[in-house]
Amino acid sequence: MRLRDRLRRDWQLLVMLVPGVVLLLVFSYVPILGNVIAFQDYNPYAGTNPLTAFLSSDWIGFGQFQLLFEDPAFWDALRNTLTITVFQLVFFFPLPIALAVMLHHLLSRRLRGFIQTVVYLPHFFSWVLVITFFVQMLGGAGLFAQTLRDAGLEPWNIMTNPDTFLILVTAEAVWKDVGWGTIVFLAALAAVDPHLYEAAAVDGAGRWRRLWHITLPGLRPVIVLLLILRLGDALSVGFEQFILQRDAVGRQAAEVLDTYVYYFSIATGNFGFGAAAGLFKAAIGLVLILAANRMAHALGERGIYSKS
Amino acid sequence: MRPVWEEPPTVPGRALKAVILTLLVASVLFPLWTVLVTSLSPPSAIASAGGFVVIPRGFDLSAYRTIFAGGAVTRALWISTLVTVIGTAVALTVTVLSAYGLSRPGSTGHRWLLAYFLIPFLIYPPLVPKYLVVTGLGLKDSIWALILPSAVSVFNLVVVRGFFQGIPPELLDSARIDGAGDFRILARIVLPLSSAVVAVIGLFYAVAYWNVWFDALLFIDRNDMYPIQRVLQSYLLAGQAPHTSGAAASLPPTEAIKMAVVVLTVAPIVAVYPFIQRHFIKGVLIGAVKG
Repeated sequence: MRLRDRLRRDWQLLVMLVPGVVLLLVFSYVPILGNVIAFQDYNPYAGTNPLTAFLSSDWIGFGQFQLLFEDPAFWDALRNTLTITVFQLVFFFPLPIALAVMLHHLLSRRLRGFIQTVVYLPHFFSWVLVITFFVQMLGGAGLFAQTLRDAGLEPWNIMTNPDTFLILVTAEAVWKDVGWGTIVFLAALAAVDPHLYEAAAVDGAGRWRRLWHITLPGLRPVIVLLLILRLGDALSVGFEQFILQRDAVGRQAAEVLDTYVYYFSIATGNFGFGAAAGLFKAAIGLVLILAANRMAHALGERGIYSKS
Repeated sequence: MRPVWEEPPTVPGRALKAVILTLLVASVLFPLWTVLVTSLSPPSAIASAGGFVVIPRGFDLSAYRTIFAGGAVTRALWISTLVTVIGTAVALTVTVLSAYGLSRPGSTGHRWLLAYFLIPFLIYPPLVPKYLVVTGLGLKDSIWALILPSAVSVFNLVVVRGFFQGIPPELLDSARIDGAGDFRILARIVLPLSSAVVAVIGLFYAVAYWNVWFDALLFIDRNDMYPIQRVLQSYLLAGQAPHTSGAAASLPPTEAIKMAVVVLTVAPIVAVYPFIQRHFIKGVLIGAVKG
């Protein structure tokens, strides 16, 4: 078919795509291209708007990156980010799997439905709300401290303690998303053939052997997929959660890469530097996700994309 | 019913399971309950309880009356409602149009356009350049700064597109033979068949717009344009009394008023939650499988 005929047939489809194309162009593609200010000494006052400022700012190559790598605060933020990622991989990642297995084996459908309804709810709360709830319950003026004081005990404030911050942020993440995280595992569990369990039981496999040899292999593709996505995002541990608590806990413990970018660029007007930090993070993230995907292929799983 | 081949659970196993699940459910319900009860308690009950009321004693709506008498919280609720309603309408329109426009493989430019829409799913817009674009467009201190950058969620788009592609093509072909264009087909055939998935996606957008906080931190400097999450944060987390212009400005924030602000922030989420919950597992998984 000639282009003219094709356009006559499809023009309405193409018109429908215009708003989406424009929005993505302005709010996704232009910012992605805008990363090039990482190689500039971007001066917001060099022009009347960001575009003219960009055009009249000096190109300085990798100068911003050099400043970045020389900044000890950057390495602190990177270390905090990686610590939190590893900690949550160990102490958060397995929990939705365990909870899903537990829920899957509940015999009462109504009880199961009730628990699911309750534990999915916090996923829809904003981080401001989640942290507000934690402060109200566990903070220095919270219900827990109130109870301790009434009992004549010395209250302590977990919300401002940098030493336990790692546990705190993981607890918050668990509270918000452990229920939501079970959905995908429950779907995978529902797809496991019940006859496998029956046959295994007949052959004398106990509860734990069935869990190990039937349930977990049934979940394996989902687990690998989620692990890849998590590894690809290893440098993002959640943005709002940390900005909201950085002042209460202090920079030493609560500064992560995302908050670093915010505080050392937008909050201070040092845009080129922040763009360089953001670009560094994105580049590492891309490498990580490619590596994780390759690892998944090596394990015989599909991963998130394949070469087909 | 327990299958005959399955051994009955051991007593410690059952007890452990019951304790874990009870604690989990209580960890969600108990804070909601305490906050609600405290917001509705008279000052005397709050004082005698020492700040938080767990067992209701008395009933007092004065915290809500104070809030709705005007001031920062009322205005923020109004701004958030505007952002949520307009934002959801805009986002749904763009998402449905784009999903339909991308639903027919083999149409003009289909592969390129699909790639164009999917790439932002893999590469998020970086913070600093996004900030410069939004401020450069003059959107600072406007609700559009909160609406437009997040109006296309590629994930939602993929879910809706997957659903559209599941509609039997014969239905659309017969309409096309009768001379209907794509806009008419979308409005008359496709949308009525997909009202459930569109409703769920709409609720997802609505929740996201109601919850917007960081974009407001970036783009909204004027405190009379703050959405509710921003007010909640400055009031309950940063400990500043909400900025008010009226006479209510000097009113000290009592515990009940604080808790009432929390309740008003949660209420819309809890109100729409049953509708989301009824559909979302189906909707999300259909999209995820077909995507």
